[in-house]
Amino acid sequence: MGSAPETKKLTQEQRIAMVQEKKRRTQRLYLTLSIIGILVFLLIWEIASDAGFVNSRYLAAPSTIFKLFITKLTDPNPDGAVLGVNILASLQVSLTGFFLAIIVGIPLGLLMGWYGGFESFVRPIFELVRPIPPVSWIPLTIVWLGIGLPAKAFIVFFSAFVPCVINAYTGIKQTSPVLINFAKTCGASNFTIFWKVGIPSSLTMVFAGVRVALGNAWATLVAAEMLAASSGLGYMILMGRQFARPDLILLGIVVIGIIGVTFTAILGRVENRVLGWKK
Amino acid sequence: MSEQFVHDPEYKVEVRNLTKNFGELKVLNDISFNIKKGEFICVVGPTGCGKTTFLNLLTRIIQPSAGDLYIDGEPADPTKHNLAFVFQEPSAIPWKTVEENLRFGLEIKKLPEDEIKSRVENIIRLLGLEEFRNSYPHQLSMSTAQRVIIGRGFAMSPDLLLMDEPYSQMDIKLRFYLEDEVIRLWKELGSTVVFITHNIEEATYLAERILILSNKPTTIKEEVHVDLPHPRDVTSPDFIKIRKYVTDQIKWW
Repeated sequence: MGSAPETKKLTQEQRIAMVQEKKRRTQRLYLTLSIIGILVFLLIWEIASDAGFVNSRYLAAPSTIFKLFITKLTDPNPDGAVLGVNILASLQVSLTGFFLAIIVGIPLGLLMGWYGGFESFVRPIFELVRPIPPVSWIPLTIVWLGIGLPAKAFIVFFSAFVPCVINAYTGIKQTSPVLINFAKTCGASNFTIFWKVGIPSSLTMVFAGVRVALGNAWATLVAAEMLAASSGLGYMILMGRQFARPDLILLGIVVIGIIGVTFTAILGRVENRVLGWKK
Repeated sequence: MSEQFVHDPEYKVEVRNLTKNFGELKVLNDISFNIKKGEFICVVGPTGCGKTTFLNLLTRIIQPSAGDLYIDGEPADPTKHNLAFVFQEPSAIPWKTVEENLRFGLEIKKLPEDEIKSRVENIIRLLGLEEFRNSYPHQLSMSTAQRVIIGRGFAMSPDLLLMDEPYSQMDIKLRFYLEDEVIRLWKELGSTVVFITHNIEEATYLAERILILSNKPTTIKEEVHVDLPHPRDVTSPDFIKIRKYVTDQIKWW
């Protein structure tokens, strides 16, 4: 053992640090590539518009959109609200729906996956509701809830709710039987096993579900704001269509995109926190 | 079949007429035996003889069709007694560190914090796991992970520690190493151990007493006492004689 190579002498901590450093380096490389990708895309777009390949009535150049972005920060025209108000209105709708979906959907899925009786009780209704497109609830929602925040949030809720339930359900169903048996031999009650083994092992799937739910929530936003609204990003896009202002439409799309990316990043942070043991 | 059970204080674990049927299939047939406190028993038998069913009955993962298992004269109950199980498959909890894994069972038993601490520290010291204390199972080598699981079993100070072929997936060097480790822990902590294996040499190396199971429906075919001091020499004539004898018993149906 005297002439063991240098790597053998590393402690567990140093070894982990080494692997992580390598990982970070790859991540930095990928980040740079992503940024270059976006820049190249914008550049081609800008050149295409400026050179007149595309009629500016159909497609606005990125620089025009950026200028409009600056104007819209303070100017409520032409849709009636400044950008900040639109963003806040949209956030309110999508986040209300999204968090409701998480709060209701994940526990429902977990309970369904763990307790057979509860599953038999709830599953048929869930299976019936599941394939209905969230947008088809709009007319009924207007009758029930009018056109305010609750109505719009309800539509968003539906689109985010289904993936939460399905992933929580599947995740907890996949709990390793060995771990369940181990907890049983420790004398744990069924609820303790559910809490301490089932839920933690379902979290990977749950987070995947939340990710899908977040995407769905954003995607249904425009549909929800078509219900009727006086502000909101979806509303702004709609107005852009009415005034034949592609720059306004594109600004709405871009802002929705950027906020979506931001949320995904925040979610990624939370996931890293909770599932940090995987690193 | 239900003659009154009388507890014999000499024994820690008493198994009476243990029987298990899965529908028509009779898997275990009327098994009775006793284990003294602190004894190390190996159970060997041919493949598919119902070893796993046998263990699952002992740990109460499944309920017997007839007969029962008594610990200190009371029917075994995982919420009351300390049963610990080392599974064949990797069973460290992946989202918990080594230290948290060792604590898990003790926390479920709701032991006082300083008791949990002292036991966990003791196991970490005995198994030399100090540098892995904050590592997660997937960061460990297979043998280290298995040592954690074995340590977790011993940390329970179990009335009965059951091990189901814990080394079947390891190469021979690791197996020898971990076999010695188990003997060391067993001697140090005085636990009562039932070790299931299909490896006769392993059984002869470890056990004070070997139970040989028959084919299905399984009964105990024979008990063999191994009166050799630890650590045992696998090449000594006495060792080879016992190993050969057990092998012959298994071959003979």
